[in-house]
Amino acid sequence: MSRVSSPTFRDSLSVSLTVGAYGVAFGAAAVANGFSVLQSCLLSLLTFSGASQFAVIGVIGSGGSALSGIATASLLGTRNGLYGVLMAPILKVRGFKRVVAAHITIDESTGVSLSQESRGLQAMREGFWLTGFGVFIFWNLFTLAGALGAKAMGDPSAWGLDAAVPAAFLGLVWPRLKSSTDKTLAILAAAFAIATTPFLPAGLPIIGTALIAVIVGLRSAK
Amino acid sequence: MSDTMWIGVIGTSVIAFALKFTGHSVPERFLSHPLIKRVNLLIPIALLSALVAVQSVTTKNTIVLDHRLAGLGAAIVALAFKASFPIVVLGAAITSAAVYNFL
Repeated sequence: MSRVSSPTFRDSLSVSLTVGAYGVAFGAAAVANGFSVLQSCLLSLLTFSGASQFAVIGVIGSGGSALSGIATASLLGTRNGLYGVLMAPILKVRGFKRVVAAHITIDESTGVSLSQESRGLQAMREGFWLTGFGVFIFWNLFTLAGALGAKAMGDPSAWGLDAAVPAAFLGLVWPRLKSSTDKTLAILAAAFAIATTPFLPAGLPIIGTALIAVIVGLRSAK
Repeated sequence: MSDTMWIGVIGTSVIAFALKFTGHSVPERFLSHPLIKRVNLLIPIALLSALVAVQSVTTKNTIVLDHRLAGLGAAIVALAFKASFPIVVLGAAITSAAVYNFL
């Protein structure tokens, strides 16, 4: 990696630390749901996608089958595939580097990279790699800490961790809301997700909004 | 139970990586169309907004208005004042924890 421009480095590090710290909550939640410390850490190392990880431990922990746990987690994971489609033409990597890039393609690495657009292509690439590796390191360390300290930690709500996650997602989407179309879409998507949560299986209220994005994109292209 | 968990851990991990790698391997010619580019920029907006909503006001399959909403309000205020990302997240956590512990 070449020289790191400091604003990009700062963005990447702050995202890595704050989001990675939420790994404590995941590790704790996984152990609380009956997963072993090893299984909790493997999920963070191998799945490495927070929402999918919470989904699989939530579903299986509350008595769901392995299949329903995997299906819910995978529905939430499809957005990483969409991020890959966005990132591939920016990163332009092949072979082993592409395997590594794919593994660290998550909300945060993609979000930071896209937010560096005004600083140029090199900053976008640095933002992706720095944030991807940064979150990976902190997420896994904090997962281990959370899993080991699950009993000592108690209730994640008492630490505000359950509000930190939506705030982090909001912080990521906020800079993207430039045109009135973007803002309308954000409100439509949020409203759809809330309205359908009581009726649809977990994950679908989120994935379903991709369809709204397609419709809005088609309409606004005229 | 332990087998179920191992299958869950391995199955989720394999599919999670397959989805990520597939995204990176879609031929670039599919992306050159302006409409596809536009939709690809809109999709994260939709999904992230949905995640904000679902993680703020739902628990499992029900709508729950609780301390998290106070945290989200603090995040919106911080963002409106162009605060940096850690301030947004910390502000939300502190506000939410305060409401949860003291109200």
